[in-house]
Amino acid sequence: MPSRLSTWLGPLPFGQIFLFAGVLAIFALFGSNTVDSMQRTGLSPGFGFLFHQANFEIGETVLPYSAGDTYARALAAGLANTIKVAIVGCVLATVLGVALGIARLSGNLLLATFVHTYVELLRNTPLLLQLFLWSAIIHALPPPRGAYVFLESVYLSNRGVHVPSVSLQGLSWAIWLPAILLTAYASLSLARRLLTGSTFYIPKAAMTVLGSLVVCYLALTSFGLAATIDLPAKGGFNIKGGLSLTPEFFALLIGLVVNASASISDIVRSGIQSVKSGQWEAARALGLKPAQIMRLVVLPQALRVITPLMISSFLDLTKNSSLAVAIGYPDIVSVANTTANTTGQALEAICIIAAVYLTLSLSVSALMNLYNRRIVLRGEARR
Amino acid sequence: MQRNSIGSRFFTKAFAVTAALTAALIASSALAGETLDKIKARGLIKVGVGTTPGYFTPDSSGRWQGFFVDFGRALAVTVFNDAEKVEFTNSSPQQRLPALQSGEFDILLSGVTQTVTRAFKLGFHFGPVVFYDGQGLLVRKDLGVAKGEELDGATIGVQSGTTGELNIADFFRKTGKAFTPVTIEETGEFLKALDSGRVDALTQDATDLAAKRTQLSKPDDYVLLPERLSKEPLAPAIRAGDDQWLEIVNWTVYATIQAEEFGITQKNVDSFLTSEDPGIKRFLGVDPSLGEAIGLDPKFAYNIVKAVGNYGEIFDRNVGKGTPLNFDRGYNQPWTAGGLLYSPPFR
Ligand SMILES: N[C@@H](CCC(=O)N[C@@H](CS)C(=O)NCC(=O)O)C(=O)O
Repeated sequence: MPSRLSTWLGPLPFGQIFLFAGVLAIFALFGSNTVDSMQRTGLSPGFGFLFHQANFEIGETVLPYSAGDTYARALAAGLANTIKVAIVGCVLATVLGVALGIARLSGNLLLATFVHTYVELLRNTPLLLQLFLWSAIIHALPPPRGAYVFLESVYLSNRGVHVPSVSLQGLSWAIWLPAILLTAYASLSLARRLLTGSTFYIPKAAMTVLGSLVVCYLALTSFGLAATIDLPAKGGFNIKGGLSLTPEFFALLIGLVVNASASISDIVRSGIQSVKSGQWEAARALGLKPAQIMRLVVLPQALRVITPLMISSFLDLTKNSSLAVAIGYPDIVSVANTTANTTGQALEAICIIAAVYLTLSLSVSALMNLYNRRIVLRGEARR
Repeated sequence: MQRNSIGSRFFTKAFAVTAALTAALIASSALAGETLDKIKARGLIKVGVGTTPGYFTPDSSGRWQGFFVDFGRALAVTVFNDAEKVEFTNSSPQQRLPALQSGEFDILLSGVTQTVTRAFKLGFHFGPVVFYDGQGLLVRKDLGVAKGEELDGATIGVQSGTTGELNIADFFRKTGKAFTPVTIEETGEFLKALDSGRVDALTQDATDLAAKRTQLSKPDDYVLLPERLSKEPLAPAIRAGDDQWLEIVNWTVYATIQAEEFGITQKNVDSFLTSEDPGIKRFLGVDPSLGEAIGLDPKFAYNIVKAVGNYGEIFDRNVGKGTPLNFDRGYNQPWTAGGLLYSPPFR
């Protein structure tokens, strides 16, 4: 116990206590000063305002929101928008980054040089500039009337991207959602057990999962489930129907993905290079083909190096999404700024922003660490 | 390394609004006399403005010109008897109120609407209204829309931090119609949204839209609807709590309005120096009793008219008939001519 205490207090316990008390006192002074001057301007500090009506509209939301709902709801809608772009962004950036990283090591000089230039270009220009560029490119697309149409179903215009959407009716989602998820999970683990080691692991697994899903869907239709496909079409001011991605979301997403893919490709490259050449040689001696070597021997080992670094790329992407304000995507920072501007509760707004990013960062780290522990342990066990 | 520092630099910038407001709260609110003391020590008045031709815009030599800018110069005349001792800085509608609160500006002459929230919750005081405006809609002509209500389902650009952001939501709730806002902070991007066809319409103070229409690539493709969605009394804004500074702002504006009512102009002001009218004598400081009483240069009104002119001249020179904007005086003429401009008596 005493030794614990001394590690906390260091070699100069009194100095340390004194300094700590001083810092606390300064914070207390700031705090009381703030409360004081807030009260003088007629503001009551606290979060009561969250339950007042917010009289502004938000352009796009995943959570239902409209003017007249509470500030709490507006902020939640902003948060959901942040999470949406962060999740989609991390997934796509990983796919693109891994592909680029492998391409750079492919031995094809043209490809490698191209990727190298791409990475350097992206890592050495400000992200904000990149976002403005993407935003300008999307704004330069034709208006809805002259939209580019692909396969009669995908519309690309300066109002965004419109794709067909599927909606399921006839059965409550509480029934079909678990059914579909369970089928997917069960068939995936079955495929995995049956096919490990086989050359066509991924395509065969995909076929198994897809097949079971079709069977599952057919089974559900006999209970009354019906799927309708909603195709986008030109109408009124805009393109109506289907699923739409706004230009702001699209520009932010592309900007974040492309930017993060550059650092991820570097991480993947160095991760792969960290696997000793002996591993390649041994695998080749066993008669494995290059793709198999990569998948079965190199990547599993490289992942141990890659994963911790990916965490910080994901966190960067999430934090960078706050640049949304600049191009008009209503993320949490944008909504919090408007909230501060209409309520005067700036301190509270900044606390909310800080809490949100802290929570997001900690949860991303926690999830990734969990995954990291799994792959590290498995590696150890095999050895 | 570099990428990270740029990312985090913007990250900080994104929070500038809230951070500045917070800093302002941590520092205490303004005390009477504080602003004038700071201005005198600095030798300069710091004014926050926007970027609208006719209202506030730097000319080819970099000198700021415009309707609101002239009131800034009038203020410099009141304080220093020198129309040049004033510095204008552009600031976005979202950033400018927090910037004023944190002491970056002494005053905003950026077309700020006087509202009860800004007075009580955000802690600002307002001088006399210098321009009576209303919120308008600038719409693509080919939509064939004549009234705001017909914009049901339209996408509308709004500028964040403005009263317009709130008014437009109210308007559509009231009419029971739907719209999709695209909320943009930066003025250039805001205009580009209409120019590129991203939005069907923009909403802002009507005269601001009329002026900015001239900056679009094809101004004739857009029409400002005659309808006004709100009252937008645009007034000088200062930090709450400094009564002395407020009175200086008040009487500077009133001096321009009263001069017009008297018929005193930049050209003829000297001829009024010999007037026998006791009211004009007091106004121009020929009779110095008034100036002494309020602690200003007794001739401050004379100096203002001499340096920048009366209200009507400021209006006509920058936005009135014969300028590219060609605005009607509308409500913005003296009460004696049926407008809303009314100066309390100089006595
Ligand atoms: N009156 C509104 C809007 C103020 C406003 O945005 N004013 C225009 C000029 S009249 C402006 O500053 N626009 C941005 C710019 O010019 O940069 C308010 O107080 O919220």
